[in-house]
Amino acid sequence: MGSETRIGVFICECGSNIAGTVNCMELMEYAKSLPDVVCVVVNRYTCAEPGQQEIRRYVCEQDLNRVVVAACTPKMHEPTFRKCVSDAGLNPYLMEMANIREHCSWVHHFDKAKATQKAKELVKSAVARARLLEPQKELEVPVTQAALVIGGGIAGIQASLDLANAGYPVWLVEKAPSIGGIMSQLNKTYPTMD
Amino acid sequence: MMDVGRHPRIKLLTYSEIEEISGYIGNFRIKIRRKARYVDENECTACDECVEVCPVIVPKEHQMGLASRKAIYIPFPQAVPSAHLIDIEACLGFDPIACSKCAEKCDKNCINYDDKDKIIEFDVGSIIVATGMDVYDPTEFDEYGYTRFENVLTSMEFEILTGPGGVTKGELIRPTDRKVPKSIGFIQCVGSRCEKRGNPYCSNVCCMNTIKDTLLLKEYYHDIECKVFYVDIRASGKGFEDFYRRSKGLGVKYIRGIPGDIREDPKTKNLILTVENTSKGSIEEHELEMIVLSVGLVPRYDSDVIQKLLTLSTTSDGFLMEVHPKLTPIDAPTSGVFFAGCCEAPKDIKDSVTQASGAAARALTILSQDKVKIEAVTSIIDEDKCTSCGICADVCPYGAIIVDKKAKIPAKVIEAACKGCGTCAAECKFDAIRMRHFSDEQIMAQLEAILEENPEEKIVVFACNWCSYPGADLVGISRMQYPVSPRIVRTMCSGRVDEKFILHAFELGAPIVLVTGCHPVDCHYIDAQQWAQRRVERLWDKLERKGIRPERLQLEWISASEVGKFVKTMEELEEMRKKVTREEIEETKRILSKIKK
Repeated sequence: MGSETRIGVFICECGSNIAGTVNCMELMEYAKSLPDVVCVVVNRYTCAEPGQQEIRRYVCEQDLNRVVVAACTPKMHEPTFRKCVSDAGLNPYLMEMANIREHCSWVHHFDKAKATQKAKELVKSAVARARLLEPQKELEVPVTQAALVIGGGIAGIQASLDLANAGYPVWLVEKAPSIGGIMSQLNKTYPTMD
Repeated sequence: MMDVGRHPRIKLLTYSEIEEISGYIGNFRIKIRRKARYVDENECTACDECVEVCPVIVPKEHQMGLASRKAIYIPFPQAVPSAHLIDIEACLGFDPIACSKCAEKCDKNCINYDDKDKIIEFDVGSIIVATGMDVYDPTEFDEYGYTRFENVLTSMEFEILTGPGGVTKGELIRPTDRKVPKSIGFIQCVGSRCEKRGNPYCSNVCCMNTIKDTLLLKEYYHDIECKVFYVDIRASGKGFEDFYRRSKGLGVKYIRGIPGDIREDPKTKNLILTVENTSKGSIEEHELEMIVLSVGLVPRYDSDVIQKLLTLSTTSDGFLMEVHPKLTPIDAPTSGVFFAGCCEAPKDIKDSVTQASGAAARALTILSQDKVKIEAVTSIIDEDKCTSCGICADVCPYGAIIVDKKAKIPAKVIEAACKGCGTCAAECKFDAIRMRHFSDEQIMAQLEAILEENPEEKIVVFACNWCSYPGADLVGISRMQYPVSPRIVRTMCSGRVDEKFILHAFELGAPIVLVTGCHPVDCHYIDAQQWAQRRVERLWDKLERKGIRPERLQLEWISASEVGKFVKTMEELEEMRKKVTREEIEETKRILSKIKK
């Protein structure tokens, strides 16, 4: 990787979820004008395999060292796109998301012009942040191979048995003096009547 | 239940409560209080001889008080572990001079009045929360006379009454005359689907439970007259509609309408119910010998305990909130924690079991690995700038920073203990702490981008990653609309929002700045949010002194489920924004640039 910052912006239409409100073509033209942006791609669904393939392809072909995905909330697909760029050889922390769906197209549904303008600024802000992103190394910690199940009702019992049968030690903690929960108070239950 | 008791890999701790949970995905440390049973669980054979001699009689919880038990008891015959315990509040033997009958009777010497609570500590890699729910108490629906008329029962009490383990050995009798009722009515949606009383949500299981009850009744008492009063019958599971049809085929009457009133005939103790039959458009009276209130499900009375221990949130209905209602319905927002059963939402047995197996599979994705990666959002100390003042260590909710103030040794961060809230970086006066992936420069650059053009039209919103940011997401998912002016900047915690971010936003021309995060009880970094509060309060004073209206800096706690509050806040801020003039913004810029110099 050279010292030059090379950003790829990937705009997701999310079917009509974003494209129905935000003018993605206009957004694309705008994104091209942002500093260090070397390519802008619009996809129908960026999270789907063809969309991810595009990201990987552009990272390699365009020698990208930052990726901005303008799509949904990072709470949903940040792990997806981190993995995607990492598969393309980029550190996962060099990917930034602009939330133009939950925080824009869905909440400003009736004002397409203003929503598009806001989407531009959200992308601009994400690009500004992306320029300053640094690769990060995640700490790897060992896993204690045992589970705690809190509550010994029907759900806790089932989960405990599944985990134990899979070969892992389980601590099942129940507040009452016996397991069984509400299930143990029921007579016959639907739909099997037993 | 038996399988759990015997399983070599399941360590069962009943009569136990969780006191502390620390650590993180792959490495949780658990502290349990195992309450004293006063009976040796391993030695007791549940022979019941102790029960026979016990002189104390109290209502039996497992039968909702419809039966009694002794002070020494087994919760129910099939209990696991199959062992007795002493209800020490009721027991007379705590003072052995008064009574020690059970101890004298027990050949195996299982009984020990001096038994003490035990603390047990252990480590796990993953946690499944399966804490269940409670059943709605219909007392507030006074028109149904639940507390006044003996022949009005809840569906849960009906369960106990008709169960084979009950006082009547499964025989249905009505409480007032101990006779099998000739007619019985079921009232649906008691405590459910009501905005004013009880809860607005559908409890999911009550329709099917009533249908099941009618089938049982028709099976055992062919002639019994059954009437069900309902709003809608929700029978949307596999085979459920057939079940409903079978009930109707057996002559059960389904009457669309929720009764407004129940009276009792003082002589016969029969119940006279008034209802508007909305199919016919008529007001009807029905005389019934017994009425069952089909009560809904509610969050457990003590669910706030587990919520605090694991820093979980709830949805507006009070049940525990998942990461995503559709795509990650089993995962808790805290990594390595999963939900099973009714703690997440009301559900029936089949759905509880399905979710439990799902939760087990999700937990296995962690347990089956030797190592897990932890997000690289941690703080780094710049030793050259650090003055060893110790403020960072004071504000760190996890004790992850060590400073030797006396020896003037610079602060040191224990990376595995740091959760990345960023409070230390925000509080450090010497800019000696850098947050990985949420650095000052990155956040400042975002602000500059947002406010470069027409800053007077923008509201800068600093939202925390766990409550307010996903709260804004949920507003979107709910398709609620709000003004276009807010620009949301994500930080891990509101504790990360540095004074200089706020001042920088004002300097760049922001008319309004909002700091929003979790409510104090919901903070995902124990109590880091309090530092945001203190900082903002400090800043209000500072702004006032400088001649900047403090109202332009707002602080609001908005949880991940408070969509209404989020929208209302945005609308209010928009009104405030409109009142901030260009002159005021320019004046603020001048004041702030002067301070800098």
